[in-house]
Amino acid sequence: MSSSASSQPVVHPAGSTRLLWTALATVVVLALLTYLVAFDQGAVSRSGTYLHELMHDGRHLLGVPCH
Amino acid sequence: MPLTPTTTPPFLAVLVRGLFAGLIAGLLAGGFAYVAGEPHVEAAIAIEEAATHAEPATGAHDHGDALVSRTGQRGGLFLATGLFGAAMGGLLATAYVLLSRRRRAEDDGRSGLLLAGAALLGVVIVPFLKYPANPPAVGDPATINQRTVTYLLMVVLGLVAVWAGSLGYRSVGAQAPPWLRAAAAVGGFLLVTAVAYVVMPSFEEVPSTFPATLLWNFRLASLGTQVVLWTGIGLLFAALMHHERRRRAATALPGT
Ligand SMILES: [Zn+2]
Repeated sequence: MSSSASSQPVVHPAGSTRLLWTALATVVVLALLTYLVAFDQGAVSRSGTYLHELMHDGRHLLGVPCH
Repeated sequence: MPLTPTTTPPFLAVLVRGLFAGLIAGLLAGGFAYVAGEPHVEAAIAIEEAATHAEPATGAHDHGDALVSRTGQRGGLFLATGLFGAAMGGLLATAYVLLSRRRRAEDDGRSGLLLAGAALLGVVIVPFLKYPANPPAVGDPATINQRTVTYLLMVVLGLVAVWAGSLGYRSVGAQAPPWLRAAAAVGGFLLVTAVAYVVMPSFEEVPSTFPATLLWNFRLASLGTQVVLWTGIGLLFAALMHHERRRRAATALPGT
């Protein structure tokens, strides 16, 4: 091992695995947010259709199927 | 010897910048949609209301006591585009970090812009040309689940098409002339897009009485909203990453 390995901790296998899990968790959370905004009919948010109705115009103008 | 004076910024730093760029771009897109799209939404809702009142009362759904007023829905537009933008910006930042591990050279902001352009093509334009946005009063409520699933599938296929394009570009060697690499990219993209368009089902649900100009204007406004969103995400994210990289470079080399 050269000295450069200790001074430049850029990407090593352990950090890489943790990065992948963090990225996966982020994608899941953001996919849920996207679902709540663009596709939810009240089944997940449990707010009835309040959120669905509130963001109704946004859904149409973002081009997502609405009704 | 050190590889570069700066290390890759941590994931969280990139993610926060993506979320912020997305939120701001989403609010800008909301502003565009409010000005360019809301009049058409209003006109379409007026047509929808006229149609429901003309029909004999079925009691299936009642527009009389709406859960959210029209004013509330117009304000909710900004909530929807803001949150949607933040989610898209966060996803773009995640893709940026995952793909940056393969990138050899320091990013000068171009890859952020390129990624946003690829997303606009794959997530918006490819699905839009098959399943264009519909205003209220267009679309059969009975097929909403099918239309939602096929729309999401089309988004995935759009991303596959973009990926096929980049695969085509890279499959032709770097020593090949640029036109050949571009042709391979366009070919890979068009092949997947054409197959997707043929395989995926179509929905013919525009009422014959719905004004064609209103439909066209609404769809143009909807496409414009997404173009503003992704252009905004790309530019803001590239600018924020550029700033971050300069800041890190300055702290990494205090003497020079
Ligand atoms: Zn609707």
